[in-house]
Amino acid sequence: MIARLLLTLGGLALGATLAVAPARAEKLIVSVSNHRVTVTPNYSGEELVLFGSVEKDANTPANRTYDLVVTVAGPRADMVTRRKERRFGIWINTDSRQFLKVPTYLALFSNRPFDAIASPEVQRRQQLGLNNVLLTQRVGGDYADVVPDDAFRSAFVRLRRQHGLYREETSAVTFLTPTLFRTGIPLPAEVPIGLYNVEIKLFADGALVAKTETAFEIVKVGFEQFVATTAQQHGFVYGLITAFMALMTGWMASIVFRKD
Amino acid sequence: MQLYLPIADIPVNVFLILAMGAAVGFVSGMFGIGGGFLMTPLLIFVGITPAVAVASVASHIAASSFSGAISYWRRRAIDPLLAAVLLTGGSLGTALGVWTFTLLRSLGQLDLMIALSYVILLTTVGGLMFWEGLRALLRARRGGPVTTRRPGSHVWIHGLPLKMRFKRSKIYLSVIPVVVIGLIIGFIGAVMGIGGGFILVPLLIYVLRVPTSTVIGTSMVLTLVTMVFATMLHAVTNHLVDAVLALILMIGGVTGAQFGARAGQKIRGEHLRLLLGLLVLAVGVRFAVELVLRPEDLFTIRQTGVAG
Repeated sequence: MIARLLLTLGGLALGATLAVAPARAEKLIVSVSNHRVTVTPNYSGEELVLFGSVEKDANTPANRTYDLVVTVAGPRADMVTRRKERRFGIWINTDSRQFLKVPTYLALFSNRPFDAIASPEVQRRQQLGLNNVLLTQRVGGDYADVVPDDAFRSAFVRLRRQHGLYREETSAVTFLTPTLFRTGIPLPAEVPIGLYNVEIKLFADGALVAKTETAFEIVKVGFEQFVATTAQQHGFVYGLITAFMALMTGWMASIVFRKD
Repeated sequence: MQLYLPIADIPVNVFLILAMGAAVGFVSGMFGIGGGFLMTPLLIFVGITPAVAVASVASHIAASSFSGAISYWRRRAIDPLLAAVLLTGGSLGTALGVWTFTLLRSLGQLDLMIALSYVILLTTVGGLMFWEGLRALLRARRGGPVTTRRPGSHVWIHGLPLKMRFKRSKIYLSVIPVVVIGLIIGFIGAVMGIGGGFILVPLLIYVLRVPTSTVIGTSMVLTLVTMVFATMLHAVTNHLVDAVLALILMIGGVTGAQFGARAGQKIRGEHLRLLLGLLVLAVGVRFAVELVLRPEDLFTIRQTGVAG
């Protein structure tokens, strides 16, 4: 497990140097439709649009075809995945794994299947696809990612996907012209608030040729966010207000429905 | 109409929650109980996590028991001294309960413990009530006198020291069993998200032999104070009280209770007890089935901390 982590880290460093090495033949210019998404109480999900174009210069080989991979990663958090087992005839939580600083939202979009874009080696190095993204687990005293088919890792990814918080779509990026592309970024109702990083990687002939980054922010506004913040930061006042509200409701009811 | 619950962190249909509040309120008004044992499971079944359900229902029960307590107070059907002694145990029990709740939550076993305690408590109490109601019904049908069972007039409880005179209830009793009963009710109330009225009332009648004139009013005062206390503690320690959810429940609950109370007066006592027993038993069995059946998904995820 550690070996794979080191390999991935090494791969990342190598990938970075390789990306810089070739003459900057292509440049990516991107923009998201909205840099600040506000979530209101009746928010039921929306879709951001990412637009971009590939700028070529004199060094660019002619008639190059491009592949594009967009990775959107939401704010990171620690999460615990628990597994139920049958003990004494009932199902209870037994084993658990902690995932450290993993993205709460993660979406990977591309214009065609990752296998068609790059070799498995490049896919792993560039973290293309949910199977290749680094999800650090605490395993005993070690910190490492595990193989993609590990029971806890796959359950974690599967559950996040069920909620629409982890996504992988290999046909979501469309090239409008050979150099102009767009993709939608669906944000479900349960989307966590915070800063979202968007990484755009351009591939040609199975190799990374350019990459760029952008970001957007999701903020919750209005009464419900005020309630959530107060509950978290001023527990005592919040409790007092809730208790007072309960008593007022009860008192009002006894007046409204008084029989005599 | 969809509304996003800030603490439960899920969108819900306002009318569904309102209807649930009203339905539980109807039942609680009919039987003269808080209805927490129905409300908490219902919320869990619609997808609210057990922890948030338990913490939010506490404030809902506080509202309904307050409106009940006011009307009992007007009718002088509350024994203030008995309520005060019950409360000393009740507050301690609630604090212990919230502490246990926090501990179980960090161990990842809270949901299991909530489900298990529901199974044990509800099937036992529900079964007993159902049996009791069935026997009373059969006796009535045979034409025999309908007598409520009052076991042994002088049990060991009456031999305990620290006796006290509770004037309004006209009983002379040791404070020890009173404090202990308060403690138990406070504890299970905080852990399970129930007011405990359906356990407290039989305990007060059969064990402490509190007369029926003051029993429900006094039990409502205990429920009220322990639930206000539980709301406060859950808000301060676990930040799990969803005020928006609680408010919708309260509004539905207090309205439903008025109609329930009217309906309850039209039904015979033994039928009422039989129905309540069945209801309690059904909820207990529902939880038992949930525990025994293989869950749809063996895995669950919980966020433990934001790392920024």
